[in-house]
Amino acid sequence: MNDHDRKNCKALLGTLSEYIDGELPAELCAEIEKHLEGCENCRVVLNTTRRTIDLVHAPADEGVPDDVRERLFKRLNLDDYLRPIK
Amino acid sequence: MINSTPHDFSIEALRAGDRAEFARMVDSYSAPIYRLGLKMLGGAQDAEDVLQNTFLNALTHLPDFEGRSSISTWLYRIAANEALMLIRKRKSNVNLEDLQTDADDDNPMPETFVDWSALPENELLTGEGKDVINAAIQKLSESLRVVFILRDVEGLSIKETAEILNLTETNVKTRLLRARMALREQLSAYYGERTTQKENQ
Repeated sequence: MNDHDRKNCKALLGTLSEYIDGELPAELCAEIEKHLEGCENCRVVLNTTRRTIDLVHAPADEGVPDDVRERLFKRLNLDDYLRPIK
Repeated sequence: MINSTPHDFSIEALRAGDRAEFARMVDSYSAPIYRLGLKMLGGAQDAEDVLQNTFLNALTHLPDFEGRSSISTWLYRIAANEALMLIRKRKSNVNLEDLQTDADDDNPMPETFVDWSALPENELLTGEGKDVINAAIQKLSESLRVVFILRDVEGLSIKETAEILNLTETNVKTRLLRARMALREQLSAYYGERTTQKENQ
């Protein structure tokens, strides 16, 4: 275990998800930000966690491969609707 | 992410067996359901099974759909259950670790502190980078994985995720934190090394 295992760091990490999601009350955010100013390791964990979430977020325009869609429609007996419906 | 408003579809038409309306619904929801299968199971064939079983199941149960939840929540719930069932079927025995992920023991502390967050996206999302991300998601226990996929990959809210999985919001938050920390740790091991190499050049 390294020196990161400090009480304040531990408390911060327990609320990290909710902090990132903007779900914490303002006073708690201010406390967290104060701790972050003086703790580089926690800043790194915060930055890299945020980036991790950014990277996995699905692109909005991603579709299903054409052959997968075709087999799905056939399985559902929807062959006659295979042409995209606008 | 499912892009829908609650009234995108006529529930009455769907329940009455309107095939054109059903086809429209299939087209709207296929991408996120296929992606859920892909991220939950890791393989294209399994993802296709999840996709087909979800809509076959929906077709069977539409007449009983009462509209207490949105169509989106209902479909995600069927898909998540299909994916979890398939995972369990594949396992030769039950992994006790998976069943214990809700235990109240402490979250593991971070161990890697290299800040790779400023690396540009084209360096992070290379073919190899994407493989590392997908492999890292696969390493999560299934109960963390499903929460992480719904919330962070699909971008659903904590409330929607809880409703889909029939969990409390607190439980979703606990699992999400663990999943995010585990993912961060794994990605840090990979990207951190690249950052250090870059700095040493």
